[in-house]
Amino acid sequence: MTDAASGRGTRPRVGLFVTCLVDLFRPTVGFAAIALLERSGCTVAVPEVQTCCGQPAYNSGDRADAADLARRVIEAFEPYDYVVAPSGSCAGMIRLHYPELLADDPDWGERARRLAARTYELVSFLVDVRGMTRVDGARLAATVTYHDSCSGLRELGVKEQPRTLLHSVEGLILKELPDAEICCGFGGTFCVKYPEISNRMVADKAAAAASTGAELLLAGDMGCLLNIAGKMKRDGMAVEVRHVAEVLAGMTDGPAIGEGR
Amino acid sequence: MQPTAHAFPENARAALADARLRKALGTMKSGFQGNRAAAIARMPEWEELREEGRRIKDHVLAHLDVYLERFEARVVANGGHVHWARTAAEAREAVLAICRQAGARSVTKGKSMVTEEIGLTPFLEQHGLQTVETDLGEYIIQLRREPPSHIIAPAVHLTRDQVAESFRRAHGGLDPGRPLEEARDLTDEARAVLRRKFLEADVGITGANFLVAETGSTVIVTNEGNGDLTQSLPRVHVVVASLEKVVPTLEDVSTILRLLARSATGQEFTSYTTFSTGPRRPGDPDGPEEFHVVLVDNGRSALLGTESQEVLRCIRCSACINHCPIYAAVGGHAYGWIVPGPIGAALTPGLLGLEEARHLPNASTFCGRCEAVCPMKIPLPKIMRHWREKEHAAALSPTSYRYGLGAWAWLARRPSLYRTGAALAARLLGRLGRDRGRLVRLPFADGWTDWRDLPAPEGKTFFQLYAEGRRPNSPGDVR
Ligand code: SF4
Repeated sequence: MTDAASGRGTRPRVGLFVTCLVDLFRPTVGFAAIALLERSGCTVAVPEVQTCCGQPAYNSGDRADAADLARRVIEAFEPYDYVVAPSGSCAGMIRLHYPELLADDPDWGERARRLAARTYELVSFLVDVRGMTRVDGARLAATVTYHDSCSGLRELGVKEQPRTLLHSVEGLILKELPDAEICCGFGGTFCVKYPEISNRMVADKAAAAASTGAELLLAGDMGCLLNIAGKMKRDGMAVEVRHVAEVLAGMTDGPAIGEGR
Repeated sequence: MQPTAHAFPENARAALADARLRKALGTMKSGFQGNRAAAIARMPEWEELREEGRRIKDHVLAHLDVYLERFEARVVANGGHVHWARTAAEAREAVLAICRQAGARSVTKGKSMVTEEIGLTPFLEQHGLQTVETDLGEYIIQLRREPPSHIIAPAVHLTRDQVAESFRRAHGGLDPGRPLEEARDLTDEARAVLRRKFLEADVGITGANFLVAETGSTVIVTNEGNGDLTQSLPRVHVVVASLEKVVPTLEDVSTILRLLARSATGQEFTSYTTFSTGPRRPGDPDGPEEFHVVLVDNGRSALLGTESQEVLRCIRCSACINHCPIYAAVGGHAYGWIVPGPIGAALTPGLLGLEEARHLPNASTFCGRCEAVCPMKIPLPKIMRHWREKEHAAALSPTSYRYGLGAWAWLARRPSLYRTGAALAARLLGRLGRDRGRLVRLPFADGWTDWRDLPAPEGKTFFQLYAEGRRPNSPGDVR
């Protein structure tokens, strides 16, 4: 964590990787991320040329397109001290898979490795790099449960960090989700390639969430959240769904994911 | 067995609609996962042990020829025979020839996935040999003429009632009113039936969990003890094993055994771990008169030096299968070949070819649980992704899918066009779902909306709002 140590005194510059799904479906999460990063003492920039991290191509076996998009992301984000994404999946793509994807190219491989080492998922960045242990001023009188999104959990070790911060939200009661570490069935293109299997998985997830008695389910990845919210709404379940950053930043005035206004 | 991996999507759909299967799979999941977790929690050196296991197997794979030849030499020195089989057909013929030579009429078998792979039992039966599976799970599926659905619990797809039904049908001479509700009743009945078969058998066939190069021993682990009877009672013992089962030393066996049982069932050790080293020697109290090992390649050596070589480290513990949410949803038969779950998805395309098995590596969300639990640290998602790359390169995936992906990648390279596209999409979807906050039907996305609603975008995209000067602390909400 030498980067972190050097960053803490000054004001590290963070390039926010917004992610496709936040951009399209849930801008609030992007603004919540900016708010949290600024509160942690960072300067936040949003590079304009960003689009997608290339994961859909990478996981569909299209290495050439994925590598092309990876090079663009690297170029756009190289000027910043850190890259932060409100998604374990996109952050994991940059952190773990870019170096592998560009390994054969001596120049880009090295650049990929250097960027990868400075890339983080939002909540783990706040806690592990910025040393946040609580969010001040956030309050939400609700019983919530938390789903551990797969990439964040297994690729980046995001597990305790969101719970640590959630515990500091005034009025919030956290009830652990049974099988929290089991995939919700989103899986990017998987959910349209194998919709029936995906449905079975998300139905199990929704049932587990309902069994906790929580009013609100949180997670750190829009893919999972759209999937879970979509299932809950279809089946008429009362549990609401939000990105964890909305709650931590105190931005819960608007409707939850998939709720009318 | 005829593979049906090419029909995975249809198989999976049928499986999802099967209520009994769902019941059977539901019971399985909690048991395996909990037991493994508890066993590993008691073992602080777990990670070092995994690293050691991986090292042993990687070393073997780099020198496979050396260790196989050493193994063969030791087997021969112990008075046994080794038969090399390049293909399934050669392996079947080798076993049949041994049985004929021995004048055998009846054969007992221990549980072995490689004999399932080469279709040994039906082949021997066709050639007039009575062949009886002696592992309870294998015995059940043999009665039902079904392939295994799991590598260590072959009948895990069945409920107890289904097993009872099969027993009543197969064991005609017994009292039809006998109780068969409890697991105990079923095991006792199977034991009684099988005991006779053990005594009649001329040849016993087992698989092997390990082949030990330094001693020429073969090793099997079981919990029922049937393997011991299969290999010690008949006159002839035939071990059928695939090449990659070889390890250098007994020390290596003990290292990997510590990983195997914990990963499989959460036991520290399986109930029976049996070493066979050649035929009975003068003065030995028991053991077979003849000892044969059939070494099966059947496509494995072709994987050496390729991106999927690491699948050959697999010790068939089933941990990846037991933790796979896709397997838990559809069960093993949907995969259409002997080894299901993540290891099946990584291995089957290598053995049967991508034309047959291309769906399997796509049947994963890359959630990564398989790799996380694999005692041999096999990067299963990475290998599945590798097969997807091959599939993409060979243009085997549906054209519409490849075009869609290509169009999207084209757009993603043009940020300002991409922005416009996203803004349009957000506006359109936002309109369609304005009142409810979600869409219940969306053309071209039925895969999604057949089962779930699609939450509507909040309104404008993030980049639109950001360009308009919206910032988190600015007044008003972000819509
Ligand atoms: S791939 Fe790993 S977890 Fe799966 S069966 Fe093989 S050794 Fe076990």
